[in-house]
Amino acid sequence: MKRKLLALVLYFVLAVTAALTAFPLLWMVSVSLMQTGEASAFPPPLWPAAVTFEHYIELFTSLHMERYLFNSLLLATSVTLLSLLVNAMAGYAFAKLRFPGRHRLFRTLLAGLVIPAQVAMLPLFLMLKYLGVVNTYAGVIIPGLASIFGIFLIRQYTLSVPDSLLEAARIDGASEFGIFRLVVLPLIKPILVTLAIFTFMGTWNDFLWPLIVLTDNDLYTLPVALAVFSREHVQDNELMMAGAVMTVLPVLVVFLALQRYYIQGIMVGSLKG
Amino acid sequence: MSTAAHTAPAAPRNAAARAALWFLAPALTVITLFFGLPVLAALALSFTDFDIYGLADFGNVRFVGLRNYAHLIEHPLFWKALGNTFYFVLVGGPLSVAVSLGAALLVDARLVRFKAFFRTVYFTPVVTTLVAVAVVWRYLFHTRYGLLNYSLGFLGVAPIDWLGDPTWAMPAIILLAVWKNFGYNMIIFIAGLQSIPEALHEAARIDGAGLLQRFRYITLPMLAPTFLFVGVITMIGYFQLFAEPYVMTQGGPLQSTVSVVYLMYEEGFKWWNMGYAAAVAFVLFLIILAATLLQLRLQKEGGEG
Repeated sequence: MKRKLLALVLYFVLAVTAALTAFPLLWMVSVSLMQTGEASAFPPPLWPAAVTFEHYIELFTSLHMERYLFNSLLLATSVTLLSLLVNAMAGYAFAKLRFPGRHRLFRTLLAGLVIPAQVAMLPLFLMLKYLGVVNTYAGVIIPGLASIFGIFLIRQYTLSVPDSLLEAARIDGASEFGIFRLVVLPLIKPILVTLAIFTFMGTWNDFLWPLIVLTDNDLYTLPVALAVFSREHVQDNELMMAGAVMTVLPVLVVFLALQRYYIQGIMVGSLKG
Repeated sequence: MSTAAHTAPAAPRNAAARAALWFLAPALTVITLFFGLPVLAALALSFTDFDIYGLADFGNVRFVGLRNYAHLIEHPLFWKALGNTFYFVLVGGPLSVAVSLGAALLVDARLVRFKAFFRTVYFTPVVTTLVAVAVVWRYLFHTRYGLLNYSLGFLGVAPIDWLGDPTWAMPAIILLAVWKNFGYNMIIFIAGLQSIPEALHEAARIDGAGLLQRFRYITLPMLAPTFLFVGVITMIGYFQLFAEPYVMTQGGPLQSTVSVVYLMYEEGFKWWNMGYAAAVAFVLFLIILAATLLQLRLQKEGGEG
């Protein structure tokens, strides 16, 4: 009896928390489907009186949403693919290749994790300006090509690959790169997927750096474009909600499809010891 | 471990060392050039008067020693930004960790089914784009038409000007941040909870320990390493507050939501006072470093005591 009551209370709290957590996102979708001005009423409506897609159409016809969608997709995809290769190579080297100073180098890198990225941003901007890549896609891609966290994640996972497999391939005369490509990469596929999702979402959601380095309207990523619009269109609730939906939806879909890998990555990342 | 590596002849081992160089070169080059070097350069930059004239011509840049830091100390807005940031870290951080732990305990409770469902729902805000949800919350916080004030109205609370009142703007941002972030730490806490041997709880239960006692004497001490990790990453993340005030309040009202990074952004990239902005960034770094070391120290002492 007492157990049942406890379970009931538990489910009640869980359900209320779930409702509160999901509410802002569901409400965002609902308002994006309302007529212009409908949400600015008292009491605030929860549902559209009549569903309309006019704001989505407006986003694409007059606010060039397709442009920002393309920029975000292109940047997130290229950073993900390139950094995956770079980080995987380095993570593998730290896990499996013996070389002098390996531990010290790895520890030095990890210490870099406490340095907030913002510290590097001012000189980085100046460097990239003199290299002529400010206000280009390359300005966003280049600093994202390698990440300490990514290297760490790959290394932790690759430690579990048995040395005997690598030695066997070596004795069979495989080249070092061949071993990496044909033996190691297939074995660490789960962590590669995890890191790919992390990087994709991180790049997609990133705001401060693209805001700094992209000044040309045509190059804006979705979050930058949305932030700029939201300052200009403060009154257009419904339109801004549609913009928010367009920004959030792609990452949400990726997450829901691959959440097992994502959550596993957080757990690996937290097992620093 | 592997005997193969120990008995392997010297030549292949050198080959491995050479290979390591090639495997590491791309990553180390990028990190050195585009992270390590800029961090050092930021320190150098903070000792110069680099401004819009310097941006036009390097020749206009002069070494000014500690003048930027001196200016910082006299700049009321810097202290305001520092105070706002500490408010966000010291109130928002612990609140977020507490909510995360509560959610983890709920989801991980033995009686609960559909764990995966609840976990996914709680985690969803974490993956959303901060700018987008800040836009959404800005409307939820609307004084007249916002659902938050509408709901509070049922409890007899008069409408609050969340984003227009200096007293309430930071709490509003904290509310958004906690909603957005608690799922992340929840996952880490769930992993921590699941690593506690069930036998410990079993033994305590046989000895007659109640739910609260087991939480106090088993769960909390066993979670100590998790707390340290969660505490450090949450704090580091919260010190970097930027997008929320940028989108929701633009630092206002009355500069009550200007954070240190927001100040750095405005000074550096709006007014191009890059030398001064570098000093702001460096002070933030030193504060984060000190706070991290302090937390590690406290944890160590707590562990020994």
